[in-house]
Amino acid sequence: MADEMMEPGGGGVTKKFLYVNRKAPYGTIYALESLEVVLIGAAFEQDVSMIFADDGIYQLKKGQDTTASDMKNFSPTYRALEMYDVEKLYVEKESMDARGLTPDDLVVPVEVKTAAELGDLMENQDVILSF
Amino acid sequence: MLLHTINKSPLVNNALSTCLRMAKDGSGILFIEDGVYGALTGTEITAVVEKAMKTKKVYALEPDVKARGVQDRVIKGVQLVDYSGFVDLTTEYDKVESWL
Repeated sequence: MADEMMEPGGGGVTKKFLYVNRKAPYGTIYALESLEVVLIGAAFEQDVSMIFADDGIYQLKKGQDTTASDMKNFSPTYRALEMYDVEKLYVEKESMDARGLTPDDLVVPVEVKTAAELGDLMENQDVILSF
Repeated sequence: MLLHTINKSPLVNNALSTCLRMAKDGSGILFIEDGVYGALTGTEITAVVEKAMKTKKVYALEPDVKARGVQDRVIKGVQLVDYSGFVDLTTEYDKVESWL
């Protein structure tokens, strides 16, 4: 049983994992670390959802170009999440409005939900990880 | 119901306000580390916390409150807990969300 859970794709227990992303992408390491953990969770075939709120929404902004700053542009990786069956990407309406952003500004398709709706989503999870 | 922990001062970090937008009535808010500055009277966010206390249970980690010398100004009705009480809370609520 324990072996099954430790093996990617091994058919172990599936839990609902929610990742809450609230930090902008390059100023701190949170966003990149979150993305790595999300991909690991997905490799273990867990049921993954992601929330982007506050400055975390900027992780998904189109047009990121890090060539002149010598950092890794990891925004294309969000487009690869679909291949790992990570398709439940939610952005908070209040945070989008506060930043003048719409889903057209983002690199991946997202579902816009209000804070209250996201609160319901949180209650309906097995594990919540904040970044 | 969730227990939400806040570990940054709400005077400089917006985690508390986002948490309060999303937290359901009946959930718990626990101030730890620099988050305990959010549990005090006479600050610019006191009213926000007092309003939240009408629908949510608010706690503060007493060792962190005392370490900062602010035990004389904790909002009335905020329940102080020690480390053992912190552990109890994590078992009383279904899940913990650690806001950063």
